[in-house]
Amino acid sequence: MNNNFIVSAAPHLKAKHMTVSSIMWQVVLALVPAMLAAIFFFGIRSLTLTAYAVVAAVLTEYLIQKLRGVPVTISDGSAVVTGILLAFNINVASPWWLPVIGSVFAIAIGKQVFGGLGHNLFNPALLGRVFLLANWPSLVTANWSKTRDTFHLLGESMNGLNLGSLLNVPEVATPLAAITSATPLAAMKSVRVLAETDSVLAQQVMDRMTSLDTISQLFIGNIGGVIGEVSALALLIGASYLAFRYIISWRIPMSYILTVFLLTYAFGGLGGIFSASILLPFYHIFSGGLILGAFFMATDMVTSPVTKRGMLIFGIGAGVLTAVIRLWGGYPEGVSYSILLMNCCVPLIDRWTTPKPFGGGRK
Amino acid sequence: MGLKTFPGGVHSHDKKKYSRSASIEPMPIPAKVYVHLSQHIGAPAKAIVKPGDEVLAGQKIAEAGGFVSIPMHAPISGKVTKIASYPHPAGTTGTAIEITGNGEDKWVELSDDSGYGCLDADEMKRRISEAGICGMGGAGFPTHVKLSPPADKPIDTVILNGVECEPYLTADYRLMLEQPEAILEGLKLIMKIVGAKQGIIGIEANKPDCIKLLRKATADDATIRIDALKLKYPQGAEKQLIYACTKRKVPNKGGLPMAVGVVVQNVGTAIAIYEAIRYQKPLIERVITVSGKIVKNPKNIKARIGTLYSELLDYCGGTTDDISKIISGGPMMGFAISDLDTPMIKGSSGLLLFNKKEATKDAEHTCIRCGGCVEVCPMNLIPSLIVKNVKYQDWDLVEKYGVMDCMKCGSCAFVCPAQIKLIQWIDIGKLEVGKRMRARTQVEKA
Repeated sequence: MNNNFIVSAAPHLKAKHMTVSSIMWQVVLALVPAMLAAIFFFGIRSLTLTAYAVVAAVLTEYLIQKLRGVPVTISDGSAVVTGILLAFNINVASPWWLPVIGSVFAIAIGKQVFGGLGHNLFNPALLGRVFLLANWPSLVTANWSKTRDTFHLLGESMNGLNLGSLLNVPEVATPLAAITSATPLAAMKSVRVLAETDSVLAQQVMDRMTSLDTISQLFIGNIGGVIGEVSALALLIGASYLAFRYIISWRIPMSYILTVFLLTYAFGGLGGIFSASILLPFYHIFSGGLILGAFFMATDMVTSPVTKRGMLIFGIGAGVLTAVIRLWGGYPEGVSYSILLMNCCVPLIDRWTTPKPFGGGRK
Repeated sequence: MGLKTFPGGVHSHDKKKYSRSASIEPMPIPAKVYVHLSQHIGAPAKAIVKPGDEVLAGQKIAEAGGFVSIPMHAPISGKVTKIASYPHPAGTTGTAIEITGNGEDKWVELSDDSGYGCLDADEMKRRISEAGICGMGGAGFPTHVKLSPPADKPIDTVILNGVECEPYLTADYRLMLEQPEAILEGLKLIMKIVGAKQGIIGIEANKPDCIKLLRKATADDATIRIDALKLKYPQGAEKQLIYACTKRKVPNKGGLPMAVGVVVQNVGTAIAIYEAIRYQKPLIERVITVSGKIVKNPKNIKARIGTLYSELLDYCGGTTDDISKIISGGPMMGFAISDLDTPMIKGSSGLLLFNKKEATKDAEHTCIRCGGCVEVCPMNLIPSLIVKNVKYQDWDLVEKYGVMDCMKCGSCAFVCPAQIKLIQWIDIGKLEVGKRMRARTQVEKA
């Protein structure tokens, strides 16, 4: 008689389609369109830098797991995801060692120190980016226009969105010198600063910046920024795939983006509450790291709430912080910090939003 | 039209294709049967026969061990040969009465009470209790108890559970197709007993033929309604079924359906109730699905209680591959047992055989907090959080996060990408928290 029957707790069936590594590798797959867009707009160097980051992340994970004497899990793809996201958060003009250091920090301090995948409090890639930003601010946010000139990747026909030409108003030329070659959000910040001294001029510039043409350029990705945030379109293609496969839920990205939309619409205008054009929120959504952050980093399973209401609170919180930083803070961009700040709140959010059991209320 | 359903739950292949077209087949009387004294929730029955006694099929061989208990009857005619410990379908062992058949299948005399519909409720309940009926969907709660709600809990609705949401199982499906009249008679009797004005049969949408058939049969009965329910597991769980059909929520923390004026019975139980009241026929046989990819001829078998699983499988022609896992019940909530020579009980709805590939589970990974378990939990719990605290042995938190509200449907473990065996951990939590709760009530009493 065969005595090798397997005895185990129910259930004896398993949904096959998802494992930890299949989730991670599908996230990698979903980042491919953005990678292609980055190569198209910034050149092959964006791929090289990403490769550096990925190799550094995987090697760091391998070494630390060896040192800790725990099973090596580099094949689960989570370090690859961290590497890619880290590289997506730096500028294509960065030196090769920048993504490497970022990845090492992200994996070592952002993840392994806490005990590895599943235990980390912060999104490792964002922690890596913030670490780089604190140490080498000029390198991380280096000017994209210069980058493009340096690498001569795009022909004149693909001239990109030149804010300088948009602002080709003779009398404006001098005060706007700072704006002309900046990233869209830095430009927005400068306009808001300018408004304090010359509100008429600032409004003129703002109107040009929030034209339909600019927004569509932003959406496609023909604009400056870090490697991964360039094309909202490409990111959304990847995100739709993840949503379609139920890997990310709509709750965090939608509540996040909607909150930024409402707040920038309400307070983003230069003439007080609700003075902004309806196009301004779109400018905010499609520029900077919001799409990348909302769909790929705020949705990081480990560092976001597990409850349904918690996810909404997380998204709204990140949205409020992002809008506050962008509109009134010292930095032009607030996605990284807002997500990291919300990461700290996750245990609390989960506790507050523990749902009532079905039929609840009887005691 | 949107089908009725409940929040949460999982979509799974129903795997009913193996046995759904197999008509119910009565199996030849086995040479020996083993009747467990504990086939139900509550006190075990007490044997009233001893080895050497001759018994007829249907003769009482064990009496109820209390109010929440049921008597047992001889499934075949023959001689009691032993009262000893045998493997139990719940994966444990238990005392059972072994009866060696004489091949005659001689029954106690059954009556046919033509006025059965006019009996009073107490007499009906007495007959049900005498027939030894417990819920045949799996949990096995004594039926006469379920039909005796206290006077301050009026019942207005009886729901028959024809959902059969467990994959593979088709026993209830075949019953609904082949014996719709008996099911409806049973439903009417139950409504009479509890004084309900409304009867509902809930059926999952993957059984359109049953829905059509029963709708036709009840077309001119305004008190009975057939509800087509969305194909989603665990649609057949009592609280989820009640919610889908009536939008009423049974209170948690031990709340019962009667709190919202509902009694739920399985369709198979309804037939047993009908037969018990009309013919005073004891529950000594039931329909069980024997299925699995490796079973040569998957069948729905009408077999005597106490028949060995091994004999059921032989009757289906055995398997085409080595058996790696034997499941008693459905694949989501059934028990994996270690001995094929286990006798079936009144709650045995299925016997499934898996090969090695189907039986193998991956190793547990750490939780990546994907929230999948939260998404699917039909009881609105946070399974991952309960499991985490079970691992930390923080029983206060395990209790606070509602471990006792978990019905162990297994949806969380079904979807978990980290392959965490949530139900296994939750079981540990239930055991510990249950112990602590009992200790607490004892302190309060003292």
